[in-house]
Amino acid sequence: MLDLSQAFHAALWQIATLDPQLLEIIGLSLKVTLTAVALASLIGFAVGGILAVYRFPGRGAVAAILNALMGLPPVVAGLIVYLLLSNAGPLGVLQLLYTPVAMIIAQVILVTPIIAALTRQTCEDLLEEYRDQLRSLGASSAEIVTTLLWDGRYRLITAVLAGFGRAIAEVGAVMIVGGNIDHVTRTMTTTIALETSKGNIALALALGMILLAIALSVNVALMGVRRLASRFAYG
Amino acid sequence: MVEHPTSQHAIHSGRLCTESLLPLELRNLSLETGSRRLVDRVDLKVQERGITVILGPNGAGKSLLLRLMHGLIEPTEGVILWGNAPMDDKIRRRQAMVFQKPVLLRRTAAANIAYALGLRGRSRSERTTRALQALELAGLQHHAFTPARVLSGGEQQRLCLARALSLDPEVLFLDEPTASLDPASTLAIERVLIDATHRGIKVIVVTHDVGQARRLAQDIIFLHHGRLIEHQPALRFFERPLSDAARGFISGGLVL
Repeated sequence: MLDLSQAFHAALWQIATLDPQLLEIIGLSLKVTLTAVALASLIGFAVGGILAVYRFPGRGAVAAILNALMGLPPVVAGLIVYLLLSNAGPLGVLQLLYTPVAMIIAQVILVTPIIAALTRQTCEDLLEEYRDQLRSLGASSAEIVTTLLWDGRYRLITAVLAGFGRAIAEVGAVMIVGGNIDHVTRTMTTTIALETSKGNIALALALGMILLAIALSVNVALMGVRRLASRFAYG
Repeated sequence: MVEHPTSQHAIHSGRLCTESLLPLELRNLSLETGSRRLVDRVDLKVQERGITVILGPNGAGKSLLLRLMHGLIEPTEGVILWGNAPMDDKIRRRQAMVFQKPVLLRRTAAANIAYALGLRGRSRSERTTRALQALELAGLQHHAFTPARVLSGGEQQRLCLARALSLDPEVLFLDEPTASLDPASTLAIERVLIDATHRGIKVIVVTHDVGQARRLAQDIIFLHHGRLIEHQPALRFFERPLSDAARGFISGGLVL
């Protein structure tokens, strides 16, 4: 028990004194995940909107695959990116394995299906309501897509937050393609895994608290967005 | 002579020589789903200006006929001619429609109108000024920046009507526009419709409210079970309906 409370105090001390090692790890985690979520949002909005509005052969299959990929295990995403980027892989010449870029790619693969599937659902619901009116006004398919994306903005924000929550908390994918290299590809989750097994509980605890705080903030933000949306009847 | 908005619009878009959309002609128009004929071989010619009312009991196919006329659904058989030309996207862009349940975007009242004007290719500055003008005409100027979907039912429907009229349509369709509104809101909307006809807009409105038909109609299209039962000038229709179904419907009987 003494060890645990000591570790706890040490963890709080690291957070309170803004320990540089801690900040570096948090910074890298945020940089990787925010970049990945931004890219995944761009792709996911477009894919989701197009799937909702356009009719083309194979559309149902793409939607089904997207839904299945929402539950893709992070280690599998990591493995796929690893195989792609390893020296023997098709993208091996880029020498991206064990870099933050590799981690971003892996997280984009994890998050894009979530955002795309939620975007498709949002746009389909709205289209159900808007279809006749938009056709009457003379909107083209492309105009309908942008209209639905904008009118679904509050629900899309929650989709992005859900994607962020998944990416910031996952460990399998970044571990495999990043390699958990000190000062290069060490993120909050991989550090927690490593330091816990090394017995350095303080740093792991500090990062765990930060992760919890982030998760909490994401949920508070979600609630705020929902409340705002219902106040304007924009939900 | 005071230029009314319709002629201004014609000049703006260089359509001075465009043919009128009237007469509207339906030839042998049918709509089937599965084995059911929802609209059954309707032949019809509407030449009259003013307000045409499509009347009939629920399930008569009134809304479907309106949607067919506006090109929102494709007939399984028959043709729709506007001014002797078959219905297409270009013609639909000269029309506007107001639905039974107001369909409003998740934006402010002004933005809803500006959006519609944007789809019709109006410049950004024109959109704003015209949107504010339209809101003022609808008595909604104090709600310009209110999210459209928090307005009351009557206000929402007036906003939909204002949005439709801001497009300077030559033909305006309305599908039971006052079905769920109180008398004051209904009156406000009926006034706007009558005013619109004075500016040369052809109005086609679906209703099952006989009182509304009496107040508004120049001519009546009476439908029953997807069939056109009669198409008459309103006065004659209400005084001497030709069919038993229409007679029963007008006198307030239950037409099944």
